[in-house]
Amino acid sequence: MRLSTTVNGSTRTDDVEPRLLLAHYLRDVCGLKGTNIGCDTTSCGACTVHVDGESVKSCTVLAVQTDGSDVTTVEGLAATRPGPDGMHPVQAAFRAEHGLQCGFCTPGMVMATAGLLAENPKPTEREVREALEGNLCRCTGYHNIVRAALAAAESMAASE
Amino acid sequence: MTTVDLPRGSILGTRVQRLEDPEFLTSGAVYTDDVVDERLTGAVWVTFVRASVAHATIASIDASAALAADGCVGVITADDLADVPAQAPMMPIFPAGMAQPLLATGRVRYVGEPVAAVLTDDRYLGEDIAELVEIDYAPLPVVVDPIDSAEDETLLFPELGTNVVCSRPAEVDGDIFAGCPVVVTGTILNQRVAVAPLEVRAAAAAWGADDRLTAWVPNQGAQGTQASLAGMLGLPVSQVRIITPAVGGAFGAKVGADPEAAVVGWIARRIGRPARWVETRSENMVAMTHGRAQVQTVTVGGDRDGRVRAYRLHVLQDSGAYPRYGAMLPTLTLLMAPGVYDIDRLELSYTSVATNTTPVGAYRGAGRPEATAAIERAMDMFAAEIGLDPAVVRRRNLLPPFTEPITSKGGAAYDSGDYAMALDTVLAAADYDALRREQALRRERGDIIQLGIGVSVYVEITGGGGEAGASKENATVQVHADGTATILTGTSPHGQGHSTVWAMLASEELGIPMDKITVRWGDTDLVPEGGGTGGSRSLQQGGAAVRQAARELVDVARARAADRLEVSPDDLEVDHANAGLTVRGVPGTGVTFAELAADEPLLVRSVFRAPGATYPFGAHVAVAEVDVETGRAELTRLIALDDAGVVVNPLIAEGQRHGGLAQGAAQALLEEIRFDEDGNPITTTFADYPIVSATEVPSFELVTTETPTTYNPLGAKGIGEAGSIGSTPAVQNAVIDAVAHLGVRHIDMPTSSMRVWSAIRAASEGTEH
Amino acid sequence: MIPASFDYVRAGSLDDAVALLAEHGDDAKLIAGGHSLLPMMKLRLAFPTVLIDIRTVPDAAYVRVDGDVVAIGALTRHCDLVASDVLRAEAPLIATAAGFVGDPQIRHRGTIGGSLSHADPAADLPTAVLASDAVLVVLGPDGRREIPVADFFAGYFETALAPGEVLAEIRVPRTGPNGYHYEKFVRRANDWAIVAVATVAGRVALANMAATPVRAAATEAALAAGASAAEAAALAAEGTQPIQDMHANQEYRGHLATVLTRRGLNAAGIA
Repeated sequence: MRLSTTVNGSTRTDDVEPRLLLAHYLRDVCGLKGTNIGCDTTSCGACTVHVDGESVKSCTVLAVQTDGSDVTTVEGLAATRPGPDGMHPVQAAFRAEHGLQCGFCTPGMVMATAGLLAENPKPTEREVREALEGNLCRCTGYHNIVRAALAAAESMAASE
Repeated sequence: MTTVDLPRGSILGTRVQRLEDPEFLTSGAVYTDDVVDERLTGAVWVTFVRASVAHATIASIDASAALAADGCVGVITADDLADVPAQAPMMPIFPAGMAQPLLATGRVRYVGEPVAAVLTDDRYLGEDIAELVEIDYAPLPVVVDPIDSAEDETLLFPELGTNVVCSRPAEVDGDIFAGCPVVVTGTILNQRVAVAPLEVRAAAAAWGADDRLTAWVPNQGAQGTQASLAGMLGLPVSQVRIITPAVGGAFGAKVGADPEAAVVGWIARRIGRPARWVETRSENMVAMTHGRAQVQTVTVGGDRDGRVRAYRLHVLQDSGAYPRYGAMLPTLTLLMAPGVYDIDRLELSYTSVATNTTPVGAYRGAGRPEATAAIERAMDMFAAEIGLDPAVVRRRNLLPPFTEPITSKGGAAYDSGDYAMALDTVLAAADYDALRREQALRRERGDIIQLGIGVSVYVEITGGGGEAGASKENATVQVHADGTATILTGTSPHGQGHSTVWAMLASEELGIPMDKITVRWGDTDLVPEGGGTGGSRSLQQGGAAVRQAARELVDVARARAADRLEVSPDDLEVDHANAGLTVRGVPGTGVTFAELAADEPLLVRSVFRAPGATYPFGAHVAVAEVDVETGRAELTRLIALDDAGVVVNPLIAEGQRHGGLAQGAAQALLEEIRFDEDGNPITTTFADYPIVSATEVPSFELVTTETPTTYNPLGAKGIGEAGSIGSTPAVQNAVIDAVAHLGVRHIDMPTSSMRVWSAIRAASEGTEH
Repeated sequence: MIPASFDYVRAGSLDDAVALLAEHGDDAKLIAGGHSLLPMMKLRLAFPTVLIDIRTVPDAAYVRVDGDVVAIGALTRHCDLVASDVLRAEAPLIATAAGFVGDPQIRHRGTIGGSLSHADPAADLPTAVLASDAVLVVLGPDGRREIPVADFFAGYFETALAPGEVLAEIRVPRTGPNGYHYEKFVRRANDWAIVAVATVAGRVALANMAATPVRAAATEAALAAGASAAEAAALAAEGTQPIQDMHANQEYRGHLATVLTRRGLNAAGIA
């Protein structure tokens, strides 16, 4: 099936099987391997990307269902709001607060956090925890991820 | 509390942000499934067909429909692996007949055991075609519970006549509880949990023109994985090269190599085409080794004033179907059994048995959390029996502070510790007395939300193993003519930040900026020896080796610089600002390491040897709120003091603690691998298995003290597992404490709402025994 | 994990979807957000051979006041229910329950029509819609018909939708902004309910207490007869047949139903 999408700002057309999952489309067709797959049940959120500006789990979206959509992955996030270090403020905050260890959940966690802050620019700690309930991390105990999200909210508000 | 003086301006001890993060954050790290390498071009995709029953003989395997399907390259079963030697037991003390074959041979012993491998042109076809392989099973009786297994009525290996993998009887004369006015006993379940790294298992393999196998495998130490893979395939170690991509978490379950990786390697050689495999999460949950899985019987005896005199622990270890590291866990549990306490008489024993379940391996802490869980529950049971505050009882039994090694009654050589300081400090940080007052108020009012306070004090063992099984590790430091440096390490990070910390240690000695230092590991051609990362050993051995190599490199450079500058080596000192050496007191008159490297390669390989393992310690306080109407327990605070000696990078050390705290709390509150009575796993996805999420844990309150060890020049002990060791019993104790006034004495983990509610009801009806 | 192969067609309208269902027969399934269907297909518990995508059909995602009801288009996403000012003012139970579905990513994708058609007895929206005494508007080969929600849930993952029918609209009686509550008991925040209670306007519905969401009939009758919330809630588990699983046995579920019902009624302002 013919699929026309804009991925990280570039429009492309591919011929894909209807059952191709968006996560595999991004990884195997577009070569964007930052998006990881950690489970089978829409539980872990490692595959989170933005479709038309909203966070979704790309393991549970058919690639053909993004026809005509704008998809942003972790590789394309910084370009949407580059900071002085070439990173998006959420990415910079994850580094500053040590919000990642093995890095596997990180692309999804970063995209979920960016999605949260787009909808709720000044979340409380509880709101951050609830907004990230669909993103699992086995390394950080979430402590520094929550701090990173709160720090990113502050830095984004300050640079508005 | 000891404060270590670091040199003015030292980078050590500071919160350096990780060097590896920009890549991880902007393009993602390159995990095994992400590897793009010309050696893997045209790889065949491997999908395993796994046992769907827990115990059966394999009557037949019909692959004809699969082989006839478009895109099928082949189907491999045990019959095809005739050239593979019989598998050797992982440990010499295990019966030889209990080793897991690469593919099930004649019989399956757990749901998820690999039976066949389907080879296809791509991943999607693999799932389709694997469904076409028909396996006919003749069911056998199933044994799931280790207590039943120990009866030896249903045998997994009938020719051996027993399910016992290994055991150790207690060595005591007479009744150790004689003369104890108070004796309390109980059975404590240290339940089976999933290791669940976010990255599942994977492998990619190619047989090269050099007649060697090159395998990309997520692991915790390439050299151990190389030995394991070579052993499984009957190849000399020199014929296997391991390359370690980024590893998405391991927690003990990626030590060595699993049978699936060996099959992938075998396929690459047999069909002359590279092969790749990535399991699904559903496979991971049934086929990656699980952790913990002990039934502990504890008895504690002592005086009414709170002095504990005698402690008995018997561990029944569930090894799963084929003994792996899990069968050995009780040896560490018994070694650490008395923990921080001064107890006169011990009676320690274990039995490890096989069951029709997923094999059990190492999981964060591996044997030590189980020891702490047992003694810390026993302390609470004893305190409840005599009606004293559990913190007071602990305080009364702690070993006194020591700075020279002592030998515990469990047989461990503790290097340094001050357990009373740890307990007192954490109680003060938690404002323990205020918490008890709040608890009393709520009890008095009969609140629906009751407060529980749990305490644990622990000591654990880190850096016990290492390169070639000894407490040693190697590092190579090389300075290049362009002013950059490379470090080769035998440790293997998977989240611990070695790239950053090893660069800090070398930069400190050489003055080379951290961003010019590259750390490499995990390629056995590049680093043929190494002990990998496990048992919280990396900094104290691998990091110490980096510092030692860097200092030796300075000595080599000094000799060369002395010749070149025609001065005495003794007159040269490191010029940190210029990354070189200069004549003492005359800056700018020297030579840089880069200039020396331009003349002749400048590198040193050094092996650091530690006198032995180190023993970090700490104390945790957990605060839980329990809804006594529904039984729901919520962890509201976790205050943790973890003393692992000198901290090199607090940012990273704190992160290690946070992760351990969450995992430990998750075992107490949520997580448990379950099987039905037929051995069918019922927690096979992240929807069924409640891996802890951000909403079930609070932000943690960390208290840091630094009691150095003398076993390495950094003064550092291991921090990787500490959080998971103290937190589990603290949280479990807190939940039980919240309902103790209702008559509840014990609740097994996980303290699910139904378990808590049932315990309250049983206590109120007087049916609890 | 990956779904088995299927053909994929996009419907241009709900009427078109009805025609496509008729054309492809029993092996066809509708897909919208896909967050109920795709997980089943990935685990190979469902294997339709044709997927008819209705996600982008026009004029099927809306929330608007229509006389004495709020009309909700079946393709309205959970996140849009949560954010709807109309719902907050007129039928807030639906908006509140939608906020408990899954996690933010799932709420960006899943739809109310999909959730109701999937008919998971542990799900949030079916329970809230049942408590709301809504009417479901269905399009089929024979045109449009209305199904009272009390008749909609037919069994475990089964509805009164005939083969070839499409859920088009949910008509929820206006209740005003107060007097409702959704009480969900979970292990982790984004899990399915172990038990949940939805209450509004003196009605009480329970999640995961039977093969379908069910009304707590004895509780409602007691309330109507003037019983206190505590007295009425004590009857909540009457007539239910909860499942037994690793989270809860039947007895514990029954107990939870009574506690959660009392709390739900109290929170809704019933003493």
